[in-house]
Amino acid sequence: MKLTNRSKHMAKKPMTLAERAYLPAILTGMGITLKHFFSKKATIRYPEELRPMSPTFRGLHVLKRDEQGKERCTACGLCAVACPAEAITMVAGERKKGEQNLYREEKYAVSYEINMLRCIFCGLCEEACPKAAIYLQADKMAPPRFERDEFIYGKDRLVEPVDPNARSKRGIQLTAEQAEALARRMAGMDA
Amino acid sequence: MDFSALTSFVISWQSLVILAVFGISLLIATYSTYAERVVAAFLQDRVGPDRAGPYGLLQPLADAVKLFTKEEFFPAGANRALFVFGPCLAMTTALMASAVIPFGNTLLLGNGDVIRLQAIEVNIGMLYVFGVVSLGVYGLMIGGWASNNKFSLLGAIRAAAQAVSYELAMGMALIALLMVTGTLSLREIALQQYDGLWNIVYQPLGFIIFIVCAFAETNRTPFDLPECETELVGGYHTEYSSMKMGLYLFAEYINVFVASAVMSTLYFGGFSFPGEHLLYNYLTSSQSELFAHNVVTILGTVTLFAKIFFFIFFFMWVRWTLPRFRYDQLMRLGWTMLFPIAILNILLTGAFILFFGSKEPKREISKEAVPTEVRTVARR
Repeated sequence: MKLTNRSKHMAKKPMTLAERAYLPAILTGMGITLKHFFSKKATIRYPEELRPMSPTFRGLHVLKRDEQGKERCTACGLCAVACPAEAITMVAGERKKGEQNLYREEKYAVSYEINMLRCIFCGLCEEACPKAAIYLQADKMAPPRFERDEFIYGKDRLVEPVDPNARSKRGIQLTAEQAEALARRMAGMDA
Repeated sequence: MDFSALTSFVISWQSLVILAVFGISLLIATYSTYAERVVAAFLQDRVGPDRAGPYGLLQPLADAVKLFTKEEFFPAGANRALFVFGPCLAMTTALMASAVIPFGNTLLLGNGDVIRLQAIEVNIGMLYVFGVVSLGVYGLMIGGWASNNKFSLLGAIRAAAQAVSYELAMGMALIALLMVTGTLSLREIALQQYDGLWNIVYQPLGFIIFIVCAFAETNRTPFDLPECETELVGGYHTEYSSMKMGLYLFAEYINVFVASAVMSTLYFGGFSFPGEHLLYNYLTSSQSELFAHNVVTILGTVTLFAKIFFFIFFFMWVRWTLPRFRYDQLMRLGWTMLFPIAILNILLTGAFILFFGSKEPKREISKEAVPTEVRTVARR
């Protein structure tokens, strides 16, 4: 029964002389490969050349500082609770006198470690954080290492630099005016 | 100058040429391994090895270091002496074949000395190449047998059967060519094409048979059944490791180089290039004949190498385009297609010579190839 008119008649025909000679088919094939010889290469030479990544890519974590360079993290532990892989551990401590310019609030993380071998880069820590302190960067990845303990990232490798220009692009970004207004408001609150 | 001093001088120049041919064969084989990987990569939209040195040019060196430092493994029950002898024989025969290939015409020195850019000039050059290349299959046979391994032996048997089958068709294709040229000397065949048309014009069918057989003789895809991984693990070199394995691979690339050089010489004019006589006449109008002759010779050598490199590329191009033949297909192609076509080609060539006369009246070509006679015959 014929259902459509698109069916093709596929009878086994004897091959023509050109087909049996095999050479024309070979030349066609070689033409195809030669076209690929000159085509654009798909290779990305990894360490020198990077694949373009999505702006929402979840890569290596960063612990943010606020606009005055103080650490935002208060060691509340919500990220560790949210973490499905249990990759985050931290030790909380109390801010001492004279450390106001280092830590934003009275409680801070004395140590903060993420095990990158456990981490599944789901980003739930970022969502859980009430202080906008932890973010997963879109442009950095946890690089391969030779030793297991090198994958446990402490504060030395997680906290972003103090220099505003060297900071991570992820997280709260304020314009100059907003930062100034915020600083003034916070100064008023302190007083 | 005393005669013996002259001969020793000439002999020493000639030994330099022999050394150069040896070195160039090895160098080209070395870089063929690199070229193979780059060509493969390019045909597959990749970039290939680019880590060792600029553009990965030191890759062959890295490979050599790797091969030399690998474990030298002898399988249990192997015939140790023959196991070592196999790759050595394969390598030796491969290197011997490049001795008779004319890589250029002659270079003239000011004092009347002539340097042939060919290691050895023999009047049976083509037979020599055939004989030596046929010996190469012993290397595979001995290596495969001495490994004491079923797969190696099967690979060796295939190699032998394939080589015997395709040598026949290749020889037949060559006979037709020899009917046209009337000589077995590679140098004279090249010189004839220097004066006249390239042999591909007279022997297109013969060339197609020859190149197909050359693929089979060098064990290159689509005829690389002796080392068919899917059926035979690794074929005749299954048990080989370290540099003994490297020698087998190397021998294959030297064979490819020799096959390319032979094809360029037999069918594509050897060291002749279009417009050489015009160039020669132009140069003699302003410069000395000596200078003109040497310039044309050097350009001819460059042209020959360009042709050889093209054919080496062609070998790789085909390798990364076509899948491997099945064994029965290989045998059917050799015996029921190429062999009859080769005989037909001989008949056709004979008929042409009978009815249209031979290519040209036989010209006396002196063995020393004095430049004046190459110059005077105009391109027709």
